[in-house]
Amino acid sequence: MAALAINDTADGRRTLALTGRLDATTLPGLWDAARRAAADAPRRPLVIDAAGVEYCDGAGAALFVDLLRQPREGKVEVANLHPTYAALLKQFDPAVLVHDLDPEPPRRPAIEELGYAAFGVWRDIRTQVQFIGETFAALVFAVRYPRSVRWKDVWRICEQVGADALPIVALISFLLGMILAFQSAVPMKRFGAEIFVADLIGLSMLRELGPLMTAILLAGRSGAAFAAEIGTMRVNQEVDALSTMGLSPVRFLVTPRIIAAVLMTPLLVLFSDLVGMVGGAITMQSFSIPIVTFLKEIDSAVNMTDFLAGFVKSFVFAVLIAGIGCLRGLQTRAGASAVGDAATRAVVTGIILLVVVDGLFAVAYYLLDI
Amino acid sequence: MSVPPGLPSEGEVIIRVEDVDAGYDGVAILEHVSFDVRRGEVFGILGGSGGGKSTLMKVMIGLNPPIAGHIFIGGEDIVTAGDAQLEGLQRTFGVMYQSGALFGSMTLLENVRLPLEIYTELPDDAIDLVARMKLELVGLEAFTGHMPAELSGGMQKRAGIARAMALDPSILFLDEPSSGLDPITAASLDATIRRLSDNLGVTFVIVTHDLGSVFVAMDRVILLDRRAKGIIAEGDPRRLRDETTDPRVRAFFRREAETVAA
Repeated sequence: MAALAINDTADGRRTLALTGRLDATTLPGLWDAARRAAADAPRRPLVIDAAGVEYCDGAGAALFVDLLRQPREGKVEVANLHPTYAALLKQFDPAVLVHDLDPEPPRRPAIEELGYAAFGVWRDIRTQVQFIGETFAALVFAVRYPRSVRWKDVWRICEQVGADALPIVALISFLLGMILAFQSAVPMKRFGAEIFVADLIGLSMLRELGPLMTAILLAGRSGAAFAAEIGTMRVNQEVDALSTMGLSPVRFLVTPRIIAAVLMTPLLVLFSDLVGMVGGAITMQSFSIPIVTFLKEIDSAVNMTDFLAGFVKSFVFAVLIAGIGCLRGLQTRAGASAVGDAATRAVVTGIILLVVVDGLFAVAYYLLDI
Repeated sequence: MSVPPGLPSEGEVIIRVEDVDAGYDGVAILEHVSFDVRRGEVFGILGGSGGGKSTLMKVMIGLNPPIAGHIFIGGEDIVTAGDAQLEGLQRTFGVMYQSGALFGSMTLLENVRLPLEIYTELPDDAIDLVARMKLELVGLEAFTGHMPAELSGGMQKRAGIARAMALDPSILFLDEPSSGLDPITAASLDATIRRLSDNLGVTFVIVTHDLGSVFVAMDRVILLDRRAKGIIAEGDPRRLRDETTDPRVRAFFRREAETVAA
């Protein structure tokens, strides 16, 4: 335990006598009392009598420093502290500890914040344009010199992006087909038009939902993985090592990922289309529509143009997902949270761009009457 | 100088490592390792790369279980201790990891404040002062508001030491504290370690291969060898350097290049 005794002497001094163990467990009740006792008599010379101190660790030393650093007119001194602890206290300069030497910078005014934010957006757009240019050049180089591509990496990434994503794409597409069929069959049954659910599912899966849902799943799965993997390489200076070895990070890291995504995404979209229609067909059996009837209806409702309208989008989506994931990875800054930030930014930017590009496709198809 | 009454007596065994096998996935890289660390001692775990220094430290602080053997800290076996008991034991010592292991989303001051906020009831500005004093001890008083990512590796390491010392633990485990530090900072760190050991009876267990620090700051060391899978020398590092007849120990302490047997 620790104790404090306050004594005002006839010669005008105030003595704070500290006794016992001074450490982080004994000081909480004492600290404020000691500070108050010192502050109550700002003009008197203050003597901190440590004759009764049995033990004093860093927290105890901090109490002495705190009393020594307080501004007051009277002189302050520590007396009778055991030389062992006095040596510990001597390491600290109370004058240095009066103010924080590295305080938080003051907040910027709102207009300045707005300027910084706008500049940040402008810089991001400029980086994206530069990245698109570099990636395009790297892809052209890969087409001209296929042997320059690290195909081993491409196949490994193909497995991650394609084969490993099959279960989640199957599950989501199947449920999507089922839900779509069920939600539309109930109202359409009132008009005896359940059979047209097949048209709805065929068209929506092939033209819109198959490509878009697969792309969103890939943005969350592979886009984030690309950003995290490259981001970690950036934090570990592996990207710097590539540059100093004369290897372009875009050619070495981005090209294989874009090639893998372009090879796998269309296949996953095909798979998603198929599984979604199977989900719809199974649901429609409970509405007395046999699978054969359902498939014949789809066959009559959709044509090759519908299929291609969705299929073409998957190539563009693949480049977007892989490109954004890699870009965010390469933009990773230092620190533990940086990789997480990169992955989050990859997913958010990826999904926003997917929806925007999908909207552009819709407008283009409308204008082209596709 | 007389010893203050509140300091525990030096010389008693505070850590006992008893016949420990340690490694990964059941494969031992250390076998039958036994030694004692006494209170107030600056104890070094030395050895070449891959010799099992950090593995041994991880076992001693209860991060990894040993394959066999027992480790007693303050008389309590951390190998057989339950989770709650182990957690209680872990609060009695501070650990500095090789990279500093600072929390990246907090400033240096917040990193050092964290254990004080959790485990003490000191007033907020007292916590602030204690944390700033710890940072002053390692020469980082002017960087309290910086994020770890804004600092060099050596500075992060020093901040890691400050955080490990925040609660003034009686035992401090330091993994490679002086690697990556400039010679002046490394020397001042050695002096701080010596001062804390001499003045407050703090026990240090330091994993290192920095011989400069070993001869200046350490009381006793063990030398681990990868091929022997254990301790090949134990004692005062200065005596080991000057008096050993074992060529492996001599080579280590005199920085001699390894010779390949014909």
